Amino acid sequence: MTTILSPNKSLSVNPLKMSQPLGAALAFLGLKGMMPLFHGAQGCTAFAKVVLVRHFRESIPLSTTAMTEVSTILGGEDHVEQAILTIVDKYKPQVIGLLTTGLTETRGDDMGGILQVIRERNPKLNNLPIIFVSTPDYKGSLQDGYTAAIESIVSTDYGSFTPDQPLMASVGMQPQVTILCSSSLSPGDVEELKAIVEGFGLTPIMIPDLSRSLDGHLEDNPHTVTTGGTTLTQLQQLNRSCFTLAVGESMRKAAQILEQRFGTKYEVFSRLAGLDGVDAFLWRLSQIITSRCDHHFPIIPNIPAYLQRQRRQLQDTILDTHFYFGGKKVVLALEPDLLHQTAWLLNSMGAKIQGAVTTTKSPLLEDLPIETVIIGDLEDLEDLAVGCDLVITNSHGGPIAKRLHAPLYRMGYPVFDQLGNGQRCLVGYRGTMQFLFDVGNILLEEEVKHSPCSSTYVNS
Amino acid sequence: MKLTKGKINELLTQPGCEHNHKKEGEGKNKSCTQQAQPGSAQGGCAFDGASIALVPITDAAHLVHGSIACSGNTWGSRGSLSSGPNTYKMGFTTDLSENDVIFGGEKKLYQAIGQLITRYHPAAVFVYSTCVTALIGDDLDAVCKAASNKFETPIVPVHAPGFVGSKNLGNRLGGEALLDYVVGTREPEYTTPYDINLIGEYNIAGEMWGVIPLLEKAGFRVLSKITGDARYNEVCYAHRAKLNVMICSKALINMATAMKERYDIPFIEESFYGVADMNRCLRNIAAFFGDAALQERVENLIEEQTLKLDIALAPYRQRLEGKRMVLYTGGVKSWSIVSAAQDLGIEVVATSTKKSTEEDKARIKQLLGQDGIMLEKGSPEELLRVIEKTKADLLVAGGRNQYTALKARIPFLDVNQERHHPYAGYVGMVEMARELDEAVHSPIWRQVRQAAPWEIWQQEHESLLHLEAE
Ligand code: SF4
Repeated sequence: MTTILSPNKSLSVNPLKMSQPLGAALAFLGLKGMMPLFHGAQGCTAFAKVVLVRHFRESIPLSTTAMTEVSTILGGEDHVEQAILTIVDKYKPQVIGLLTTGLTETRGDDMGGILQVIRERNPKLNNLPIIFVSTPDYKGSLQDGYTAAIESIVSTDYGSFTPDQPLMASVGMQPQVTILCSSSLSPGDVEELKAIVEGFGLTPIMIPDLSRSLDGHLEDNPHTVTTGGTTLTQLQQLNRSCFTLAVGESMRKAAQILEQRFGTKYEVFSRLAGLDGVDAFLWRLSQIITSRCDHHFPIIPNIPAYLQRQRRQLQDTILDTHFYFGGKKVVLALEPDLLHQTAWLLNSMGAKIQGAVTTTKSPLLEDLPIETVIIGDLEDLEDLAVGCDLVITNSHGGPIAKRLHAPLYRMGYPVFDQLGNGQRCLVGYRGTMQFLFDVGNILLEEEVKHSPCSSTYVNS
Repeated sequence: MKLTKGKINELLTQPGCEHNHKKEGEGKNKSCTQQAQPGSAQGGCAFDGASIALVPITDAAHLVHGSIACSGNTWGSRGSLSSGPNTYKMGFTTDLSENDVIFGGEKKLYQAIGQLITRYHPAAVFVYSTCVTALIGDDLDAVCKAASNKFETPIVPVHAPGFVGSKNLGNRLGGEALLDYVVGTREPEYTTPYDINLIGEYNIAGEMWGVIPLLEKAGFRVLSKITGDARYNEVCYAHRAKLNVMICSKALINMATAMKERYDIPFIEESFYGVADMNRCLRNIAAFFGDAALQERVENLIEEQTLKLDIALAPYRQRLEGKRMVLYTGGVKSWSIVSAAQDLGIEVVATSTKKSTEEDKARIKQLLGQDGIMLEKGSPEELLRVIEKTKADLLVAGGRNQYTALKARIPFLDVNQERHHPYAGYVGMVEMARELDEAVHSPIWRQVRQAAPWEIWQQEHESLLHLEAE
């Protein structure tokens, strides 16, 4: 069992953590027609926007209640109301995601009450879902904020809102499943996940669906709210899912909420990369299908041929790349879900986890292939990393890796000095192969660089 | 410095600031106090502004006293470059927890300062208050003072919590911190009769490095840079300069006016963008010193540089001649870039007047002529409308509008904070010309505008069907 250290330092140096509101906004951006609204002073929104724009290289719709000193003292009700009305007029969103910040949480606004009063005063908001989530900056991290937003999304009752498209009269032939996607999944990961599930003949509802909003694609008309993502219609059909697949431990509570509300059974998959993780996921998908078959006939689990083929490719990749992973010392600084998945994958390749840093509490932290994990910052990482062969963290790891003379593999948020973050896929058999090739190539290059013969070549 | 209403008002109504000169009554300090509107605002906060102004001091540590939002989301992302120390690039924060919010964060701050100094030995520490710490009432001044005595390092409190106002006000609050705690605290090793300070130039993308050699060649000595690529020490002895040169921004106007009052240092306001402005800048500084030899040297330098520049720009002029540009950026930059673009033969069909003073606007009018469009507000939709109406070939704006243009498949050049290439000085002109050329003539535009064969087929098919129907 891994020991979790949280040193409680007074000074955080080179923070790894990013704030809850940023995470909540990210989750909200996976809904269609969405405008996330930060209840706080305007800087928080501007900063979050800059981070997301630089990471995804996309225009990101975000809005603020623009609290001032005076409104902070008197209460922010007017600002919330004015912001919502302005957004409705200007951007015509189909849904608003309202989240708090450190400022408004410190003040302690009663948001439930405020929203109720605003609704009473403005009947024109009757048909607009406003999903509220409390995300104080001084607690938790991006992953926590993201998770909290997902929990709000699945707790909200969408029954009274008229959707943009009418509900389909008859239930489709294909069984529907709900997939809860944790913050460790990029839009490209979500896309892959969806393709896998569809490959089994299931209809997935992704919560949230970043693969339709932040995957980077051109639209014919410039837009101001998200143009893709989970639709209101889909949210209204959540009760029709026959199963919930929660990807990432942080999605467990959201899955439980769905079980409480609709009786939907669930399973949590803490890893979706690496042979074992993907195998388990596919096996469950095939079970969902077979459980709906006519049991008078023999039931043969039916794994799509292309996935069976990918599995063999992955096994071959593991063989080809393992030379470069074996015995390599790796340090990681990632949020819990991503840390868990990546650390085990490296471990399964024969690499040694030399140090691990993360941002926030999670039951996963007790189960890592290393003795201790620190809830800390990149200064902690740097202290742990002396003599390592590879650093895995976000783009802020650049200068650190340089000082350590070790290569950096970028993961998590923010990644601002690398292209293609929206479409990057590191899950499933295919994504695992990608990861093994990417990292394997880095390690191979290091080996060549440091091998004694290469210097003789250079000298001769 | 305690943050009082009076202080803020004073900063917003700077006598030297032309935002106020020409306006009376109602509209008086509109431009500075312009508060963000709930639901539509997008700008940064005062804390953001203060750090933009101060973080370029490279050998200092910048410690953010607040919750993780203020530092965690932003540290290390500024484009201001250093020729030496990199302490300013590190993210330091007290990362307040719920307990600190309840019981106060002063003790934690004091310990944080101690740890920071012991491990990283910065030349000084700037401590920034933020929304949460201002709200819970932490006494920043007292902690900084105590820590400063204990650890024998200058510690500067910066009172610019986000909610007091805009980025612009934050710049000035940053300037106030320098005035109150830094400027005048040390003496330079030596002075020359031609010592100048540069104020409001942050060495974004290393722009300053294209200009300082010119100034030195002309015979001026840059005593202090406030604050691009600055060392803490040089800001301390800035009070010994003979002249303050404010660059392209009224963001730190309060520093210039205060230094005039306190140390009798006059100031002029100049721009480094475009040939005309660069020339004017050199001449004005020389004229201030009134030394004939110096003036002659400047004239020679200008002649030599413009000649070289003409040759370097000739091919770009040919390719850019007659292109139509919409410009959307703030303040002085709006007209200084207009003149730079016109140097290249580009027709500026519209520009923003957001944040511009009356004087700026008059200049813009003169430069744009009759048909030029002046944009007061620039929502993305508004910008796109203007681009379409004027049939513009490209948009030049800040990074925030980048995707407005790109998503509409319009060539774009970033001229603000986040850019990676220096445009200042004569060398910068060539760089800008090269990039404008690349932006406009990139082979990608055809591809991203091109419909798929089946879409074209469909269109044709539809019109055929249409004809048949008739
Ligand atoms: S608005 Fe306040 S809390 Fe938000 S980033 Fe600015 S200083 Fe920090």
